[in-house]
Amino acid sequence: MEKRSVDSRVRGVSTGTTILAATFDGGVVIGSDSRASIGGEYVSSKTINKVVQVHDQIFCCMAGSLADAQAVTKAAKFHLSFHSVQMETPPLVIAAASVLQELCYNNKEELQAGFITAGWDRKKGPQVYVVPLGGMLVGQPVTIGGSGSTYIYGYVDAKYKPNMSREECLQFATNALALAMGRDNVSGGVAHLVVITETGVEHVVVPGNKLPKFHNE
Amino acid sequence: KMAAATMSPYFGQQMSSKNDLVPAWTSQEVSTGTTIMALEYDGGVVIGADSRTTTGAYIANRVTDKLTPIHDRIFCCRSGSAADTQAIADVVTYQLGFHSIELDEPPLVETAANLFRASCYRYREELTAGILVAGWDRRKGGQVYCVPIGGMLVRQPVSVGGSGSSYIYGFMDSNYKPNMTKDQCLELTAAAVSLAMERDGSSGGVVRLASISKDGVERRVILGNQLPKYSTH
Repeated sequence: MEKRSVDSRVRGVSTGTTILAATFDGGVVIGSDSRASIGGEYVSSKTINKVVQVHDQIFCCMAGSLADAQAVTKAAKFHLSFHSVQMETPPLVIAAASVLQELCYNNKEELQAGFITAGWDRKKGPQVYVVPLGGMLVGQPVTIGGSGSTYIYGYVDAKYKPNMSREECLQFATNALALAMGRDNVSGGVAHLVVITETGVEHVVVPGNKLPKFHNE
Repeated sequence: KMAAATMSPYFGQQMSSKNDLVPAWTSQEVSTGTTIMALEYDGGVVIGADSRTTTGAYIANRVTDKLTPIHDRIFCCRSGSAADTQAIADVVTYQLGFHSIELDEPPLVETAANLFRASCYRYREELTAGILVAGWDRRKGGQVYCVPIGGMLVRQPVSVGGSGSSYIYGFMDSNYKPNMTKDQCLELTAAAVSLAMERDGSSGGVVRLASISKDGVERRVILGNQLPKYSTH
């Protein structure tokens, strides 16, 4: 259970994590750190995976209260698989994001959870959607979230380019996570990354000692 | 206190207005919620800042100069309460000027930094001031000292401060390399401050830069339409 602090200016709920997703030419990369902490004083898990698969080619990253996020993704997984059976076709990424949005918006008083949804579908290809605290839904080429994200806004703004190659995007995501983990004390551990393309899904885990090192560390 | 000056949520500010006919910002403290930066290079320092001063949601001054001269080759970058930082800078300017006359020598940057620290630490309960002291002296060349809120003092080759600085830690960690040239430092500072200005509501306006070396101080301004552009906005 992470300690939460509400910042009603730009960032939404701060939480002990760093999550991100970015589109590249032909797919998307979604990733997170792996630390769960209690109040910033104790690391309750060094290897938690915050990237959750909600369908074959659609993944979500959770931020906020771990309990709320897990409950919401469980419900979303169910809704999505039901929807997919009814439609007899894999769900669209925006459908997954909308399911999360509905749950977050309708229960906005009780919940403290935000999500980044990324995936690939036949209609629009690779997409990234973000559903922050109040239940808004917005599609963006690249998005970051969690407490560690504040430290990498500048890096992401400067370094992200649309239509990068897969390797460039993977390197960009790994660097961004490493930089955030280097500055945010409640983000850390390993970098979990998932690359989703038309052909399938690939998990990449970068252990702490293999993360890129930057000068000031 | 920090909350009162810069971080209060917008709704809180509206609720505290006693009179609906008068906007909330008329009763708010003036703050330099800001982005400031200083880097050392071989032979001097480069400093940079945005130019926004706010009272709540109103921008009281959109062309502020937050790079304040303390002595011929020593500047400070101010963040936090505008009143507090101006008062401290005035006091230190006087103290340093006096000290320099007594010594009959240009003062050391470390001396200036210590004078800031002395005031900031002694009155740490009353003040909200985050200051970067940067300059050149004959003994140690270009130096940057960071005196954050609370009154600590530490020398760093590169330092960022103010509310906008959080957004550029990642950028600075990945882009700063030791032994850069003056021009590389200027470019990096301009890029970093403009990135922070784009994301921080309390930072904006123009980018003010200055470079200080044994040959003197060079100042420049980068206007809004000349700032670097990024693909995410």
